[in-house]
Amino acid sequence: MIELNDVHKSFGKVEVLKGITASVQKGEVVCIIGPSGSGKSTILRCINGLESYDRGEISVEGLKVDRDAPSIVSIRTQVSMVFQRFNLFPHRTVLENVIEGPLFVKKESRVQALDRGRTLLARVGLAEKADAHPPQLSGGQQQRVAIARALAMQPKAILFDEPTSALDPELVGDVLGVMRKLADEGMTMIVVTHEMGFARDVADRVLFIDGGVIVEQGAAKTLLNQPQHPRTQDFLRRVLHPL
Amino acid sequence: MKGFWHDAAEFFPILMNGVALTIIVTIGSLLLSTVLGLIWAMMRVSGIKALSMLSASLINVIRGIPIIVLLFYLYFVMPDLGVTLSALQAAILGLGIAYSAYQAENFRAGIEAIDKGQIEAAQSIGMGWWLTMRRVVLPQAVRIVLPPYGNVMIMMLKDSSQASTITVAELALQGKLIASSTFKNTNVFTLVALMYLTMSIPLILLVRHFEKRAGKR
Repeated sequence: MIELNDVHKSFGKVEVLKGITASVQKGEVVCIIGPSGSGKSTILRCINGLESYDRGEISVEGLKVDRDAPSIVSIRTQVSMVFQRFNLFPHRTVLENVIEGPLFVKKESRVQALDRGRTLLARVGLAEKADAHPPQLSGGQQQRVAIARALAMQPKAILFDEPTSALDPELVGDVLGVMRKLADEGMTMIVVTHEMGFARDVADRVLFIDGGVIVEQGAAKTLLNQPQHPRTQDFLRRVLHPL
Repeated sequence: MKGFWHDAAEFFPILMNGVALTIIVTIGSLLLSTVLGLIWAMMRVSGIKALSMLSASLINVIRGIPIIVLLFYLYFVMPDLGVTLSALQAAILGLGIAYSAYQAENFRAGIEAIDKGQIEAAQSIGMGWWLTMRRVVLPQAVRIVLPPYGNVMIMMLKDSSQASTITVAELALQGKLIASSTFKNTNVFTLVALMYLTMSIPLILLVRHFEKRAGKR
């Protein structure tokens, strides 16, 4: 469903992606792990055209991702994104945040958008916060609203860019819980994360990225329990046993 | 003092005719400068190099010319080029263009103060440039822009007096005419100053209100 073929990307002189080839099937949950600066987030940002890429090709359902082409709108409505810092619209209520895309991009009727918006807020456990403004919510609640906003587009896949990295530790569980539920329901997901427990339990596959290349990939449990490559072993040791 | 109140009562109705024109010039040029300023600012942040450079040069040219010269140009030079404007039209046009440069810089600062994550979030749900501006960026920029916008309103009210140089009989010119025919300079110009101040006070209060609201978030 999402294909990356030899994708290269540089910021100025620094090459952050050095030939990424990967594919994600429908219904699959793929976690991308790796040290900071390894290019994990850049991959996600290239998939929905927030960044351009220099070489290679990315396609979503056979449609080439080109951020300067009109087709990018169709790709973005099919592939939603959840950000590390939530990026909710602070001047709109929680419910308005969720229905913004359906109303103004997909031009759905207000009744239909509101109806689904409320259902989605209930699904992420925030039905009673519909009329609050985002700054009044905790980080965990804001991130769950952001997930509802992504779902409101009825996407075929959701990209999560370190969705729990900006959260207080005790709020991480709520967000991961919602994500696990989505995975169980068959949503296609690509998750950049440092939550190894989530990757092990929920992901079908894990990609370990370092220095702009995929160093190792495989079934989540195998890769996390018996990493083959020395760099993967080293990374996992540092993450799992920081002391 | 008694003489002042006596003169004030006599001249006030004449000066009120000037006030009417002052308000017309101020509101007219405020609207024009807002629209033009928005256009310059949008060109500036459009991401299209030609538009952004054109807007930057326009702003610099406008900023580099004194308002009074701009007014003279519109009122005295344009007829030579076949465009005749009434004094009032020239005043509104001149002040509107002159202030559009400051408005544009103010609007641009407000737009650029919006977190980049907001724009990315808008893009990620498929919004194009204009929809992102209209639904996400501008509504948030308004809060930031309003206090300096209020200050521009006050400055425009006072600078509308420059229209007197091209014969618009607004408050300052009415005062000058009365003063030169009655020689009561002190009383007339004190009254004129008080009338400008009276018109400024509501605007000053408005700015304070904007500042409080902007500070809340």
